[in-house]
Amino acid sequence: MTDAAANGIDQDLVVHLGKLARLELTDVEVEHYTLQLEQILGAITSISEVAADDIPPTSHPIPMVNVYREDVAIPGLLQEDFVPGAPSFEDDRFRVPRILGEPT
Amino acid sequence: MNDLIRQSAATLATAIARKEVSSEEVTHAHLDRISEVDERVHAFLFVDPDASIARAREVDQQIAKGELSSPLAGVPIALKDLLATKGVPTTCGSRILEGWRPPYNATIVDKLHAAGVVSLGKTNMDEFAMGSSTEHSGYGPTHNPWDLERIPGGSGGGSAAAVASFESPLAIGTDTGGSIRQPAAVTGTVGVKPTYGGVSRYGIVALASSLDQAGPCARDVMDTALLHSVIAGHDPRDSTSINAPVPDFVAAALKADVRGMKIGVIKELQGEGFQSGVLERFNQSLEILTELGAEIVEVSCPHFQYALGAYYLILPSEASSNLARFDGMRFGIRVDDGKNRSVEQVMGATREKGFGAEVKRRIMLGTYALSSGYYDAYYGQAQRIRTLITRDFEAAFSKVDVLVSPTSPITAFKIGEKLDDPLAMYLNDIATIPVNLAGNCAMSLPIGLASEDGLPVGLQIIAPAMADSLLYQVGSALESALVDRWGGLLISEAPSL
Repeated sequence: MTDAAANGIDQDLVVHLGKLARLELTDVEVEHYTLQLEQILGAITSISEVAADDIPPTSHPIPMVNVYREDVAIPGLLQEDFVPGAPSFEDDRFRVPRILGEPT
Repeated sequence: MNDLIRQSAATLATAIARKEVSSEEVTHAHLDRISEVDERVHAFLFVDPDASIARAREVDQQIAKGELSSPLAGVPIALKDLLATKGVPTTCGSRILEGWRPPYNATIVDKLHAAGVVSLGKTNMDEFAMGSSTEHSGYGPTHNPWDLERIPGGSGGGSAAAVASFESPLAIGTDTGGSIRQPAAVTGTVGVKPTYGGVSRYGIVALASSLDQAGPCARDVMDTALLHSVIAGHDPRDSTSINAPVPDFVAAALKADVRGMKIGVIKELQGEGFQSGVLERFNQSLEILTELGAEIVEVSCPHFQYALGAYYLILPSEASSNLARFDGMRFGIRVDDGKNRSVEQVMGATREKGFGAEVKRRIMLGTYALSSGYYDAYYGQAQRIRTLITRDFEAAFSKVDVLVSPTSPITAFKIGEKLDDPLAMYLNDIATIPVNLAGNCAMSLPIGLASEDGLPVGLQIIAPAMADSLLYQVGSALESALVDRWGGLLISEAPSL
């Protein structure tokens, strides 16, 4: 059972969600989104009381089974196709910011 | 042929095939119209007149040699900017993809090319298709041709406005919660959301993969049937596309017959929250359908009241995962101040700058709904409600052939009116969302102007999955009865701009 008071939305949680989602939110945004997420979740809280546990969840409109393609080689993208769209490219590789260590 | 821009795609294609007019002349006329009115409408984000004319000439040559016999050969089209177009800018209405040119085409784009349909350019949209007004575009709003101070609907407001302002006879839209149908309703045009899996999603930038479906936009039902026929069909590159023969939508549109049909009115999709002028036109259409020989019955879909809530948990959850790929590493913009930032800091700064307010809002909502401790209460429950909504449809379709409702509860509102009230904005999709959750198909077609504001009203026809032909059969029957009363299409009442 979930209600507006139990959805746990406060500024700390919004900051945490921003980190998880890789969004460097400003203080103004944190304040704004705290109010709006609270408001939106409050409005849709009623759904938590509708469906009993014996109702199976639907994740997809078509009952999906594994789909296999013929094992035939088809041409893929060439480097020259996607390099122009890359923000940074060097020595046949995407150049990315450092992935280790603390910020200096 | 006079006034090329006011002709239907079917008329243009016939004239082009008979060599009464060339694709180049038709394309030229539409490009002229775009340069004349698009500064005010802002339906397009990208137009390349030289490329369109060059392609039209190529098509003319192919037709002359008898190499092209598609029913839409030589007709121009506008493409929603989330279809990947090789070498042509594709932004999804977002600054994060500014300047990006995809390295491949969406399957739809390849199919249109093979059919000799000529692209005029890419149309404006709410950023990553999140919105009902096109105000959430990173490149400024599109204006409704009926009243330039009003919204053209969304997310495919650019595609609908391009068709409504006679800049293009055809357009492609995508519909995740109503993004083809609601813009069609508020611009007095026709839009179809095909059965999920009926049209390939390959090369369509994903919003919510279990809900997204591309479909046709045009000014009359026959043109949507023709366009739907060209883009439909199984695609091995999309594992969710349906591997079954494509029904004859054009034959269904020609049939235009509702005699003996049972048409269900959804009890839950009228009354409170619906504008009186919208309901007035809707009820009048029900009388016309009765006169045409259909039996109108009321049906109840008790779980539709929870559809909006379920949708606004499922959509953000899928979107927050799908949009994780926009991280500034392999394509799109990168925000890096050169101060030896970590990859996480650069991603955070890039996404903060590249995404607009609505996209961030939904990413946060999705991240929350999928996080541990809340997953069962929100995402899990939403998926169960999805099952209940599908069962509501199954029960309804055991009693009736098709269902109808108003497409949008209200007519076009003023730009800016709901921009910072997400809940009010979300209510625009209340009648269209259940169809996306269940994966069946629906059409919106114009049924007149609301008496209080003189703006277009749309009626939604809903059919079971795989029964898209019924939309065309019922839609064209109603359309032709309305056209008889009006003496022409509703869109001919629109101001001349």
